[in-house]
Amino acid sequence: MSGPSDFQPTNPALRWIERRLPIFGLMHSSFVAYPTPRNLNYWWTFGAILSLMLGVQILTGVVLAMHYTPHADLAFGSVERIVRDVNFGWLLRNMHAAGASMFFFAVYVHMFRGLYYGSYKEPREVLWILGVIIYLLMMATGFMGYVLPWGQMSFWGATVITNLFSAIPYVGDLIVTWLWGGYSVGNPTLNRFFSLHYLLPFVIAGVVVLHVWALHVAGQNNPAGVEPRTEKDTVPFTPYATIKDMFGVSCFLLLYAWFIFYMPNYLGDADNYIPANPGVTPAHIVPEWYYLPFYAILRSIPNKLAGVIAMFSAILVLAFLPWLDTARTRSSRYRPLAKQFFWIFVVVCVLLGYLGAQPPEGIYVIAGRILTVCYFSYFLILLPLLSRIEKPRPVPNSIADDVIAKYGSKTAPMVSAAIMLAVAGALFAGSTQSALAEQQDTPPSLKWSFAGPFGKYDRGSLQRGLKIYKEVCSNCHGLSYIAFRNLADPGGPGYSAAQAAAFASEYKIKDGPNDQGEMFERPGRPADYFPSPFPNEQAARVANGGGLPPDLSLIAKARSYERGFPWFIFDFFSQFQEQGPNYIAAVLQGYQKTPPGVTIPEGNYYNKYFPGHAIKMPQPLSDGQVTFDDGSPATLPQYARDIATFLMWAAEPQMEARKRLGLQVFVILIIFTGLMYFTKKKVWADAH
Amino acid sequence: MNPDASTIAAGAPIEVDLTPIADGQDIKVFWRGKPIYIMHRTKKQIEEARSVQVSSLPDPQSDEARVKEGHDQWLVVIGICTHLGCIPIAHEGNYDGFFCPCHGSQYDTSGRIRQGPAPANLAVPPYQFVSDSKIQIG
Repeated sequence: MSGPSDFQPTNPALRWIERRLPIFGLMHSSFVAYPTPRNLNYWWTFGAILSLMLGVQILTGVVLAMHYTPHADLAFGSVERIVRDVNFGWLLRNMHAAGASMFFFAVYVHMFRGLYYGSYKEPREVLWILGVIIYLLMMATGFMGYVLPWGQMSFWGATVITNLFSAIPYVGDLIVTWLWGGYSVGNPTLNRFFSLHYLLPFVIAGVVVLHVWALHVAGQNNPAGVEPRTEKDTVPFTPYATIKDMFGVSCFLLLYAWFIFYMPNYLGDADNYIPANPGVTPAHIVPEWYYLPFYAILRSIPNKLAGVIAMFSAILVLAFLPWLDTARTRSSRYRPLAKQFFWIFVVVCVLLGYLGAQPPEGIYVIAGRILTVCYFSYFLILLPLLSRIEKPRPVPNSIADDVIAKYGSKTAPMVSAAIMLAVAGALFAGSTQSALAEQQDTPPSLKWSFAGPFGKYDRGSLQRGLKIYKEVCSNCHGLSYIAFRNLADPGGPGYSAAQAAAFASEYKIKDGPNDQGEMFERPGRPADYFPSPFPNEQAARVANGGGLPPDLSLIAKARSYERGFPWFIFDFFSQFQEQGPNYIAAVLQGYQKTPPGVTIPEGNYYNKYFPGHAIKMPQPLSDGQVTFDDGSPATLPQYARDIATFLMWAAEPQMEARKRLGLQVFVILIIFTGLMYFTKKKVWADAH
Repeated sequence: MNPDASTIAAGAPIEVDLTPIADGQDIKVFWRGKPIYIMHRTKKQIEEARSVQVSSLPDPQSDEARVKEGHDQWLVVIGICTHLGCIPIAHEGNYDGFFCPCHGSQYDTSGRIRQGPAPANLAVPPYQFVSDSKIQIG
């Protein structure tokens, strides 16, 4: 809004509108003619990236909301239905889930950029505080969004975080009951979280408008921290910044697409593929990665109320930054001490994130406390101190001079800090893997036909796995998210529609009531789902010595194990995500005689790979139990592979479509990125 | 936004029959969405609970104050860890009481916090003995 434009559209219709609502002039002055500093680097593209991500989340979210049911009994199933049956539902879901992580990744880069270059300093204090408000709103939105699928992590994360408010003296419990709408996290809670999750992104959009307005009043900061003075210091936003942002966005989209199409569950928790159970607490409750540093700070303080205050203070302290750091030099480029401490601070944040995912025992607790002190010291002690004692280097005379001048090479402390950052980042990335119980042998890594970017399900293996399920597993385990028609779907076992119908008709399905008001049985149809062997949980437990055989539809995604350092880094690039099938195959073959000195409770069996080693299920498969028509050997290892492959398909029937579309998107994105790169270079040729 | 009428009604008091719970056993029932442990304590467990010096406890409370007079063998506690809300496991931990797997809090045979980050003892819900073998919770 401070751009130099008395813009008049040439088109008479547009001129008519412009006279009554000068929106074209506003767009022109804000995003076309708007003078932007010539020396901005790529850290400045993240504002545009964030706007894009907000738009993407709102669009995908609105469409998802057309298919999602916010009821405790139906939510989990509705999400599975979106992924399995809604046209491109899997794509929408992956975009929205990965989108949340990418949104937070971009916001952290954007915030660290602000920290480094002093973008919070006068006259941009209000701009910065609006940003902190946006960040808080994002955290609330993200938290509530994660509750919606109503998995185990959704439910227990909601329980832990809403319980935080009980720390408030006198009114704490009243507030928590009011938040819950009941006596515990339950259906009223889910409903209201859905309402607010739909609302807050539009509140965020409103605050973003204020944020961009405040930005345009002060003008953008730049890497030199020197305000523009002459016309030589700036270039018009379009085409310079527009094209550069498009290139930045394109690179960002490549990373985003990697998650959507090839590693959709890398940042998630396997436990969230288990429907919420208020009676069973998961062994490790871990929030999503973008909350981990604050979770670590919360757990560092042994007092409940103090921990809550510390956690919220860690975010609120950001709002006071303009008054904590009063150094006159804006950019840390010219503040050698501030620069080093900045990178150390980044490492502190990453390490806090790593600790947030570890069990709060032993050395992790001590490290958490030390790092919490470091975190607060940076804002409350170090920055005010540096404002007083630091001798900054001279800043350039103007932005134009800055563009012409050469920059110094990286100083040694920066390099070592960067190495520390890489190590810390690697540790942190690993912490996003689900940390399962310590008492677990790591299953051997088998080769799977569906692994990797071009993986496909082996049709023969799927058909053999189906036979094993039908003859053995289905006696105790349900498969309730698979319908008979899925057997004829592309990317599946490859039966024809007629074969699927014939398969279905062998089953007896309960239906009714008929006109007499009675329930009756009829042969299955393709639209029916695999029936469960027991009518309810209690019947299942009675028939299985008190144990509950889990439904197998999602088991290949609901089970995982830690890969350890440095494998989880390679996994991201090699697309390893076959922990589930490896685990299933290992457990089926892992029954052994109880080792000496180990006691197994009555009614259980020793299994090498089952966490805790005591499993209630007796060995279900042994050689010769199931015979195959295609000549495959009737051996336990063969069964283990085939049933694991079948269960992977049951958990993700759309995998082949996902990888196929992923390849197409990647090819297009790479070409687009290349084109944008050369376009950007051409446009900027005269500005540099 | 406070609990609506149907939620409050679903939270009406429940009756639990204690006869099937043998000496040393415990069951878990749900009331108002919360798990409630009903523990039939052995003589040993009662003694262990009573032999501790109350003032040394993180949240001082005598065992007698947490059970009903004349029914010392019955412990009724809400099975929610007072730290951050996970469900502790019964008959685990160093005190043969409850052990919370989330952050390692340990409670004794009276449901009192002994070690770990939890600040308070396991809450005792409102309940009364309708007869010697039946309680009403709520």
